[in-house]
Amino acid sequence: MGFQFTEENIARVNKAKSKYPTSLAAVMETLWIAQEQNGYISEEVMSHVAEVLQIDKVNVLSVVTFYTMYFQKKMGKYHIQVCTNVSCMLRGAYEIWDAVKDKLGIENMDVTSDGKFSLEEVECMGACGYAPMIAVNEDFHENLNKEKVLEILDSLK
Amino acid sequence: MEEIRIVLPKIPDYHKLEVYENNGGYQSAKKAFNISTDEVIDIVKKSGLRGRGGAAFSTGLKWSFMPKTTDKPKYLAVNGDESEPGSFKDRQVFEDNPHQLIEGILISCYAIGAKTAYIYIRGEYHKWIKLMQKALDDAYEAGYVGEKMKEKFGTDFYCDIYIHKGAGAYICGEESALMNSIEGYRGYPRIKPPFPAQRGLWGNPTTINNVETIANIPKIIENGWEWFSSIGAQKHPGTILFGLSGHLNKPGVYELPSGILLTELIEKYGGGVLNGKKIKCVIPGGSSMPPLRGDQLEGIRMDADSLRDAGSAIGTAGVMVMDEDTNLLKVLLRITKFYHHESCGQCTPCREGTGWMEKTLKRLADGNGTSKDLDMLESVTNNIEGNTICALGDAAAWPVKYMIQRFRKELEEYLKPEIVLPPKNKVHSMRNTVNPLSTIIR
Repeated sequence: MGFQFTEENIARVNKAKSKYPTSLAAVMETLWIAQEQNGYISEEVMSHVAEVLQIDKVNVLSVVTFYTMYFQKKMGKYHIQVCTNVSCMLRGAYEIWDAVKDKLGIENMDVTSDGKFSLEEVECMGACGYAPMIAVNEDFHENLNKEKVLEILDSLK
Repeated sequence: MEEIRIVLPKIPDYHKLEVYENNGGYQSAKKAFNISTDEVIDIVKKSGLRGRGGAAFSTGLKWSFMPKTTDKPKYLAVNGDESEPGSFKDRQVFEDNPHQLIEGILISCYAIGAKTAYIYIRGEYHKWIKLMQKALDDAYEAGYVGEKMKEKFGTDFYCDIYIHKGAGAYICGEESALMNSIEGYRGYPRIKPPFPAQRGLWGNPTTINNVETIANIPKIIENGWEWFSSIGAQKHPGTILFGLSGHLNKPGVYELPSGILLTELIEKYGGGVLNGKKIKCVIPGGSSMPPLRGDQLEGIRMDADSLRDAGSAIGTAGVMVMDEDTNLLKVLLRITKFYHHESCGQCTPCREGTGWMEKTLKRLADGNGTSKDLDMLESVTNNIEGNTICALGDAAAWPVKYMIQRFRKELEEYLKPEIVLPPKNKVHSMRNTVNPLSTIIR
């Protein structure tokens, strides 16, 4: 069985389609819904999205490969995003980056062998005044230091 | 300077619909719908409101570019992509004052004749998208948005507002890339002309405004253009949401009248530099704007014209402060890495140039460069600037160009002295700046 949207998600996709004059415009939101359901965007997901929206698969592929927030492989249960852009860097983001890397024992865009954590060095997340910051999945953690970050990692079960 | 709050009023729970209503919410929209669209545009034009997204273009003038007689549907796109490093103001609007943004959208749509508006919010802002969606749902339910507006406001006009969630591409903050992204394509900037007002979303007339710009509109309608134009700098009136970050004691978002002294902003509001250190460098408008030297900050005012005269630009008013111990070479490398990562890849000068600059700066930061490399970098920036479809090329070139021009001495501290080769070696050497040659001299 390939990837199929749940009934509830099909309703969400249809709602997304109703926002725009073309179904192609709904591709980004549909991919978000697909990623939420499947965890990442596989070949199968892309085919299904193309089918549901009645658009060419190449349109889906071009969007998936352009926008960095669509994952093309399975990421960890907790996706740790460390911002190292200027404002964060000035306040010690690279110390945090190194600490997280050491703690998890993985490199950028890798997943731990137990599938619990994945790591990404991200560009500015818009938390410059509360730097340094990390994001765990969708949640921002701000005004951090090395100790606080390690505490956060320890608290993730 | 006197504090005035327009976009972020200090009223508890202002983000809730009932609190907003109790403080005169949605009355400006009602007022606007009872005057002609031309008059609304005229008020905004006279108010002197200029775009808060970077270019500081007159909002009223931009609106007036929208064709009056056309059968095509018209659109408003509200730019909340906010990805410029150092900029984090729009999220404060989503969080603290979503209804004023919605009301601003209603008035803007009315003025330009749009039936549909999209709020483009960057994908990383999951939390703020949810907050904004909640406010929008409440407004729909109360009849302030959508077809029910007719009844609520007693007018023929109505419009729909939708949120479009981005997915992590800085370039989508560029207006034509933003439109491509809404249409479901890669965020590739389009060649201008045609401008969005002629051919925008799906080939139809479109206006793109920044979130902060739109959030100002209801208050301008409520209090009149005379009131607004009297606040702050004469040619760039109103308040600006300044985002202070870097080596400061109290970083954060501060709403203050435009034209405030940069030094006052840093000392009084930002709480001064951490550990009482001196300032080496300030980027006044987000990472793509030319950096200023710490010793040239005196007297600089924070508005578009004053900053242009000072050799920089207001940009998104994201003020990044760096203390005397900062390694500017590393900062520059980090900035360039960002633009290399975010270049969409359409234009060769930007796609290749940003990568080349990053590689060169990496080599320099690793201690393998001489000051001749700085000359080379400067020539690369000259070949990027102005040679690309959109402004990302310029945004990548300016920090490098002006950092080298203004901080050459500081950057050279991390470089090796120039290698002067004896004549007999020079014949065989095509690259007399490369590191290993130093061993030949010895």
